[in-house]
Amino acid sequence: MYPILRKEVLADKIILMDVKAPRVSHSCLPGQFIIAKIDEDGERIPLTICDYDREKETVTIVVQTIGASTERMALLEEGDSFEDFVGPLGQPSELCMEENLEETKKLNIVFIAGGLGTAPVYPQVKWLHEHGVDATVIMGSRTKDLLFYIDEMKAVAKEVYVTTDDGTYGFHGMGTNQLQALVDEGKHYDRCVAIGPMIMMKFVCKLTKELEIPTIVSMNPIMVDGTGMCGACRLIVDNQVKFACVDGPEFDGHLVDFDLAMARMAQYKTEEGRKKLELEEGDTHHGGCGHCGGDK
Amino acid sequence: MDGFVRVPISEQEPKVRATNFEEVCLGYTEEEAVKEAERCLNCKNPRCVGGCPVSINIPAFIQEVKNRNFEKAYEIISESSALPAVCGRVCPQENQCEGQCVRGIKGDAVAIGKLERFVADWAREHGIKPHSDAPKNGHKVAVIGSGPAGLACAGDLARLGYDVTIFEALHKTGGVLVYGIPEFRLPKDKVVAAEVENVKNLGVKIETNVIIGKSITIDELMEEEGFEAVFIGSGAGLPRFMGIPGEQALGVFSANEYLTRNNLMKAFKDLDTPISRGKKVVVVGGGNVAMDAARTALRLGAEVHIVYRRGEEELPARAEEVHHAKEEGVIFDLLQNPVEILTDDKNQVTGIRIIKMELGEPDASGRRSPIEIPGSEYDMDCDTVIMSLGTSPNPLISSTTVGMEVNRRGCIVAQEETGATTKNAVYAGGDAVTGAATVILAMGAGKTAAKGIDEYFKNH
Repeated sequence: MYPILRKEVLADKIILMDVKAPRVSHSCLPGQFIIAKIDEDGERIPLTICDYDREKETVTIVVQTIGASTERMALLEEGDSFEDFVGPLGQPSELCMEENLEETKKLNIVFIAGGLGTAPVYPQVKWLHEHGVDATVIMGSRTKDLLFYIDEMKAVAKEVYVTTDDGTYGFHGMGTNQLQALVDEGKHYDRCVAIGPMIMMKFVCKLTKELEIPTIVSMNPIMVDGTGMCGACRLIVDNQVKFACVDGPEFDGHLVDFDLAMARMAQYKTEEGRKKLELEEGDTHHGGCGHCGGDK
Repeated sequence: MDGFVRVPISEQEPKVRATNFEEVCLGYTEEEAVKEAERCLNCKNPRCVGGCPVSINIPAFIQEVKNRNFEKAYEIISESSALPAVCGRVCPQENQCEGQCVRGIKGDAVAIGKLERFVADWAREHGIKPHSDAPKNGHKVAVIGSGPAGLACAGDLARLGYDVTIFEALHKTGGVLVYGIPEFRLPKDKVVAAEVENVKNLGVKIETNVIIGKSITIDELMEEEGFEAVFIGSGAGLPRFMGIPGEQALGVFSANEYLTRNNLMKAFKDLDTPISRGKKVVVVGGGNVAMDAARTALRLGAEVHIVYRRGEEELPARAEEVHHAKEEGVIFDLLQNPVEILTDDKNQVTGIRIIKMELGEPDASGRRSPIEIPGSEYDMDCDTVIMSLGTSPNPLISSTTVGMEVNRRGCIVAQEETGATTKNAVYAGGDAVTGAATVILAMGAGKTAAKGIDEYFKNH
């Protein structure tokens, strides 16, 4: 069993948990993820690692309630336990590897975090900061109520730009608009890391291709085992089949077939679920229903 | 009964069982088992034992069944096999013990598999467990993977007095026995969990949710956690695809995904994990896994076709599985091969384009190779395609272990006689070494490696 030592509501329907998981906490690195399962009948749910503490042997995860399983997960309280918590899974971020540090130090890096993407971006920015590399972070969400970790991010980033689609906080617009604005001001970036909903990563990549900024994305497709066994998470990258769980989750964003990846997200969506999502997201529907292609 | 015909076994009616996930074969009663045991000629030179990958003393246990000493029969089997209730159900006996049986020359071979199953089930129902009085020798051995190879190796090492810990990547123990083989062929709680408990009773510890190569490496296990030897029985987990157009469409699954959702996550019980319930399902492939996927889809309510590029005789699946699948209503489209998966504008599968095949000259495997018949393509409507084309070993362990060689196919290189890899004190066996094979061959390799590891300690 893996006990929950701390639980915090970060924003509307976004919950943070510190989970005691000794083996994962000792071996995880930024960019990797875990799979958690509530109980015997639960689903295996892949979640990004938001932070970790090797001394306290805890791993911090951030969960957004978007379906039956995550809603059930949100009901867990401090003192409750996950029956299963396995990882770390996937490859660590190449920017956060000791062996690449000399090269990384030469780069001007901009992170673009969309929605829950703030969670996996944070440990990367933190790792870089601890290793003497300060990055720019653009973090955006649909609206003010969904923002989280702004102060934490400011503590480890060179500069933080916050955006909301509806203008209720910070820059009125999307992460892509903010990046364009910064570039127009004369800022230069050698590397972009974009993590968030697939539709957001797709449009970031479209822009950074024009701006000629090499871009890394972190893919979050449907998974079952997370160890390469089921093939549910397969993607086309550079015209080759890749498994997000073992080959990724990070890939060269300019080579990912996003339209296919978004279509595949719809595999287990029900009509009811799609309607609920469209209703909740309203005008800012981000294509998470996996049905509309997100092109609005 | 004239001795030439085996005692028939009860099964659920095909029409009934095609709609449920209960076990197909109901097993022998005591009376039936004793009667079948009487057919054994107790040969002086028992060829059946030579046909068994773990060399169970078959005539000896059958004689005990004949004399109604079922507990003694179980003890004899347990000396050689840690998983008799599993093997009695899933071994390809017709090619192994029963294939060698003298009775089979003129009539039916003795139903060795069904008798093994009877004995193991009887022991479980009567609370009889294997035990070991071997004194502990204090040597720590790590076993990676709790599938058939790992359980067999761990069981044998524990009996020799070793302090054994199994590391399992998934949340449940049993490997392919829980994620791959369906409930209707191998009940999970009743049979698999009980046999895993038996292995634990021998003193084996099991830690789930540990992915060797990610959570911790083999080198770390040896340097930091005090394990003096390691056995790798991690299986062959990566699914193969055909590389044809449309394969990434919605409704195309690997057999691994389909079976894992249904077996490990119990999607058929409508729990949290979903499964696609197709109306018309095409399963590509002809092995045991293809039969399992097809019969699962059938039970979830679909019309099911098996498309296989060779003919009936070449089907690699066990004869019993093919027979059961046909009885239940799976349609076999043999000497046919998919060339394209057809989709609609939402990228959902709508059909499959198939080309007919004929058999040519024997290929490297000795089987006649299938050749496409030009111009014979046709389209079949379907909403789901399940690819069951075999698997290859997962590189997670081999790529993170210093000094351990793999071959061209990514399989770990290990000596057949001892299981020793090219890395000192590290042994391997089962699908991780051979590529996808059977439960019993993996168990045999696990046992061989246990002997190899014991030799290693004696010499160091």
